[in-house]
Amino acid sequence: MMPPHGPLRAHRPLGNVRQDERTHPMKEEIKPCAVPRAINWNRLHDEKDLEVWNRLTVNFWLPEKVPLSNDIQSWATLKPEEQQLTIRVFTGLTLLDTIQNAVGAPAMMPDAITPHEEAVLTNIAFMEAVHARSYSSIFSTLCSTKEVDEAFRWSEENPHLQAKARAILQTYAPGANPLKRKIASVFLESFLFYSGFYLPMYWSSRAKLTNTADLIRLIIRDEAVHGYYIGYKFQRAMERLSEAERAELKDYAFGLLFELYEIESRYTEELYDPLGLTEEVKVFLHYNANKALQNLGFESLFPAEAAEVNPAILAALSPDSENHDFFSGSGSSYVIGRAVATEDEDWDF
Amino acid sequence: MGGLVFYSSSSGNTARFVERLGCDAVRIPISMKAEIPPVPDTFVLICPTFADGEGRGAVPKQVIRFLNAPERRAGLRGVIATGNRNFGTTYALAGRVIAAKCNIPLLYSFELAGTETDLARVKNGLDAFWETPCLTT
Repeated sequence: MMPPHGPLRAHRPLGNVRQDERTHPMKEEIKPCAVPRAINWNRLHDEKDLEVWNRLTVNFWLPEKVPLSNDIQSWATLKPEEQQLTIRVFTGLTLLDTIQNAVGAPAMMPDAITPHEEAVLTNIAFMEAVHARSYSSIFSTLCSTKEVDEAFRWSEENPHLQAKARAILQTYAPGANPLKRKIASVFLESFLFYSGFYLPMYWSSRAKLTNTADLIRLIIRDEAVHGYYIGYKFQRAMERLSEAERAELKDYAFGLLFELYEIESRYTEELYDPLGLTEEVKVFLHYNANKALQNLGFESLFPAEAAEVNPAILAALSPDSENHDFFSGSGSSYVIGRAVATEDEDWDF
Repeated sequence: MGGLVFYSSSSGNTARFVERLGCDAVRIPISMKAEIPPVPDTFVLICPTFADGEGRGAVPKQVIRFLNAPERRAGLRGVIATGNRNFGTTYALAGRVIAAKCNIPLLYSFELAGTETDLARVKNGLDAFWETPCLTT
């Protein structure tokens, strides 16, 4: 475990202005780093930075990779209100990606402890731009310009969508506490997206818009790494705090989650009531809220029975990966791993 | 009576699950240079998944290093895998890989640090598997 000062201070990321220097102008005469330093990936302070960098870069993708036009026929089978709901949901997701791209990830860069963390955040920021761009690819493939323009107007006027965007943006504001910023960021990556992600998984479970679902799964995979990494950095920072400071941040995290959950509930009702799916979506929200808290190192909030997601949705999330339970006698006991994974050069047998 | 061995990276999800399980367990070191502590004669392994989009790197290098020693591998009776469904088809892939490589059953999979349901299933499952409750010190 690295000490909070010493070597880390000398290797402070280029864009890093310490939090106390930003919030206390009197300390401005303390210059953060006299010598601009080049990033050396062969000298790591935190192995997790390289691990996550490698994972994110290997997983890089662009929407052109997915044959969205194969969904044109399927799109035509949706009722007009189902089409409108889908466009609105995707517009809401675009807004969150836009925020994380332009504000969230860049806002965390000055808080980076290592130069490598700063570099990982630039990747996260860019991938959020790819995600935001992907929804426009879906729109241009499946929808009319008029429908899409209407949905973007809706996103600017919808009070619940605007409320959640504002709640997150507030924590990203200059001068905000860096750890509260990470909490909000994990909630965005691991919780707020899911009222939206539910719908393409639902369509996929009914064999509709399956190519669109493939694209959304790529986004979900990226967001999972983002939430994991930001949550990990939060946990490392928490270790250096006093008991009282940790308790304060935990209270803040649960308070913010309650606030966001209230907004998400209303957003969910407004969107999904007409299809009768609200209760099922809320269960999915509970499940993802618990996972977001686990990324931060906290215990779950919602009891297991309130977070039991429809198995069809779980299967849409992770196709071909049945939840094996040898203990209760369901699932097969011997399962063949993918050849590619067993061919790792590190195995000696 | 068999034991429990687990790996948990510094993000600590698996470690938090094992802590709540309350059984004695041996943790595989995060450092590749650290000495691996002695393990029980027979044991179940709990292993997280870190695969990329193609499934590469599913089993952490630390666990591969652990299993590469034939004398340790000989005691492995089953594997429990963890992961995150958000990784799609590679969810909990480490368990499927280890089961296939070592010819032992994949006992169970769960997400991140596990739910109360997962905890109860693993606790009861392990007791039944070894036909005796787990040791606690």
